Parts: sequence; structure tokens; C-alpha cells
Amino acid sequence: MSDIWAGLEAAFWLIVTLDGDLVEITARSLHVSLSALIIASCIALPFGTWLAIRRFRYRRTAIAVLNALMGLPPVVVGLIVYLLLSRTGPLGVFGLLFTPTAMIIAQVIIITPLIASITHQAMRELWAEYHDLLISLNTSKRQRIMTLIWDGRRALLTAALAGFGRAIGEVGAIMIVGGNIDHATRVLTTAIALETGKGDFALALGLGFVLIALALAVNILIHSLSQTEQEGRW
Amino acid sequence: MMRFLATLLALLGSMAQADTMRLAVTTSFHNSGLSDVLIPAIKEDIGLEVQLLVVGTGQALRLGQGGDVDAILVHSKAAEEAFVADGFGTHRREIMYNDFVFIGPKADGAGVKDAITAREALQRIKARNAPFVSRADDSGTHKKELVLWADANLEPATFGAWYKAVGAGMGASLNTASGLGAYILADRASWLNFGNKAGMALLFAGDPALFNQYAYLPVNPERHAHVNAEAATALEVWLTSSRASALINDYQIDGEALFVFNAQ
Repeated sequence: MSDIWAGLEAAFWLIVTLDGDLVEITARSLHVSLSALIIASCIALPFGTWLAIRRFRYRRTAIAVLNALMGLPPVVVGLIVYLLLSRTGPLGVFGLLFTPTAMIIAQVIIITPLIASITHQAMRELWAEYHDLLISLNTSKRQRIMTLIWDGRRALLTAALAGFGRAIGEVGAIMIVGGNIDHATRVLTTAIALETGKGDFALALGLGFVLIALALAVNILIHSLSQTEQEGRW
Repeated sequence: MMRFLATLLALLGSMAQADTMRLAVTTSFHNSGLSDVLIPAIKEDIGLEVQLLVVGTGQALRLGQGGDVDAILVHSKAAEEAFVADGFGTHRREIMYNDFVFIGPKADGAGVKDAITAREALQRIKARNAPFVSRADDSGTHKKELVLWADANLEPATFGAWYKAVGAGMGASLNTASGLGAYILADRASWLNFGNKAGMALLFAGDPALFNQYAYLPVNPERHAHVNAEAATALEVWLTSSRASALINDYQIDGEALFVFNAQ
């Protein structure tokens, strides 16, 4: 128990004194995970919706694969991205390995299937409701997708937040492709792994509490901005 | 579109290159805390920002082979010499050394404290089948451990469940050993800097066989044209300077000197 109290105390002092390193790695965590979230959402939201309304031959297979990809092991994604971006790999000429860009690429791969899959589930039900209306209005495919995305925005918000949660707490992939370089690619989760390795549990746990608080703050912020969970607006 | 993306990616990638270089170092070097002294001094003296990739010696060598770093600083002589012989590095320059120590439970059931040599220490652990944690991650420390077992005419592959190959870094392995009350081979620096020493003690040290030489190897620019050879040379000059010598020799934890500068 004393270790946990020491962790809480460490977190308290880190935040109260606005520790320079903490601010830096927290900002980097947000930068990497929010960038990954935006890119992944731009791919996954339209794709998940499209999958809900479009009927094609291998639809079932596509959905099964998508659902399975939700469980992609980050460490494997990290290794594959690493091999692709390494100087000897096919994308080596860009020199992206051990940069925040590499970390964003890995996280996009990890969270896109998750967001797309949750989107698909939500949109399927909405589509059942809207199907007759949208067909009778003779809408184009593009119009249907845009309508569903707009009217289902609250469900999509949940999908996006699930993706953000997975990204911000992820360590396996970004440790490999980012390299945990101080002042370059160190983020909250890799810093926690590092401090644990040094046996400094109080600082590691302190950083952990900061990470949890950050995830909570982002969720509350997005909910309040989008005005969900208010009276008369479910 | 694809061309635009490629340009953008290349730009993002090259942004980090001005006056910075990447150096792969071993976990034991970084855990010692010496890098926190040297890196700011390098920045101050020659304006070079050294980005450290903290990995095991095995991975450091791989990073050098792939050209993903500009130089490496590791401690495994045989592997380093092979690295240079295969043309991946231009040369090998010895910088400093520290030593390995045996850490174990304070009670010391196997009597490692009374051993005369490292070989005898290992034989005592084996004789008692006392729990022993091995790094097992192809790091310099792990390679050293294997050499020591071979010296003692013992073969880890034949050991029972008391020999625990954890496949982790120095700090994580020390955590495991501490949790299990097991013996472990560690470098002195990591041990002194380790925060979770509960119930553990330094039991054996001082055998010349436990000598741990660190060497600096720049990656060969003939193999990887993109490496920052200029910065790698500048860093080598600095690492072998009298300024580095003073910083390395004067670095202490709890009043104990950790490293001895021995660059020629």
C-alpha cells in the first residue's frame, strides 16, 4: 500500500509544480494520440458507415476480419511498422523511424479497425431505421453516408473515444517505433515503462495517475463540447 | 497525391536531423545515470544533440547494421569486433569500463559472499539450485553471464526451473530478482542506481573476469550514406577528450566511483 500512496504523492507534486519534463511528455502523448485519432477517424467513420449500408459479396467476411483486427496486438503492429520504416525497409528512405510520425502511423493502424468496427455496429441499427426514408428520397450513396454520420454522431463519438483510449494507453508499438528517446519520442506510457525498469515505482505510478487523469479530462472535455448527456438530449 | 505525401513524409523525417545524431546505448549505461551527465555536457561543448536509444547490445548492433542510428556505444567485445569485421562499423574505440557484480538475497543461502572467484560463485549457486535470474535478452550483460557459466564448465540449457530466463532489461530483471529473492548478475552502475533494493545486497565483486569494457562504434557511411558521420566523429573526439575523462572518472553514486575512463 505504501507504494501506492507514494505514487499518489508523486503525481500530486508533479502536477502542482508543473514539472517541465512532465508537461513535455504529456503534450507529446496528446499530440501523438490525437493526431492518430483524427487520421483514424477520417478513415474509419466513413468506412464503417459504408460497410453498414453497402451490400456486396464478401461483406460478412469483411466484417469478421474487421472485428478480428480490433484485437491487433500492438507489439506486432509496432514490429511490422518498425521493419517497414527501418533504413533497410521499403519505406526507409523517408527516415521516419524513431520520430513521432512513426508513432502516429503505428497508432493509426491499431485504432482504425476498432473505430470502424464500433461505427459499423452503430450505423447498422441506424440504417435499418433510415433505410426506407433514404431510399424513397432517391439519395446518392454519398448523401446516405453523410446523413448517417451526422445523425449518428453521438454513437460515433463513443467509437472515437474508444479509439483514443486505446491509443493514449498503448505502449508496445510506440516503444518499438519511437524508441523512447528523451525530448524526442518519450510519451507517458513509455516513461512509465522506463521508470518501472529503474525500480522507481513512485514516479512510475505518479505518471500513471497523470495518464489516467488526462484520459478522463479529454473524455469530459469532448462530452461537454458536444453537449451529450444533458437534459432532453440523449 | 502520392508524390505530395512522399514529400511531406520526407520533410517530417528530415526535420530532426540538423545538429542531432542518434546513438544506440545499452540499458546498463543509461540506467547508471552517466548519460544524464554526459548528454547535456556534449550539447554545451559542441552543440550536438545526442538522441539516445536505450536498448540491449543485441538490438543496438541490429540498429547499427540497419543504419537506423549513427553510432553505438555497447559492451560486448566479440560482437563488436564482428560488427566491424562485417563492415557495418568503421572502427571500435574503447572509452571506459566498469564492472559486473553478483546481487542476491541478503541471507545468501548459497554462500556466494565467500566465493574467491566468479567461477566459484556460479558453481555455488548451481550446487544449491538457488534461484537465478538471467537477462536472456542477448544484451552485453547476458552475453557476459553466458561466458561466465562456460568458464565454470556449466551449461545453462541443462538447468532446472531455478534458472529463470526473464528476457528483460537490467532494471526489470533486478525487479524480478528482488521479487523472487534470486541471484542475478548486474553491472555495478545499474545496481547502485536501482531504486527497489529491498532485501537484496551486493554479494560478490572484484574478479577481473567481471571487467566490463564499453566501446564506441560509428556506423559505416559507406554502407549507409545517410548516416551523420560528421556528428559521429565529433562525438568520438569529445568522448575521448580530457573533459569526458574528468566527467566519467568523477561520476559517483553514494560516494562510489562507477566508471574508469580508458580511451587511448
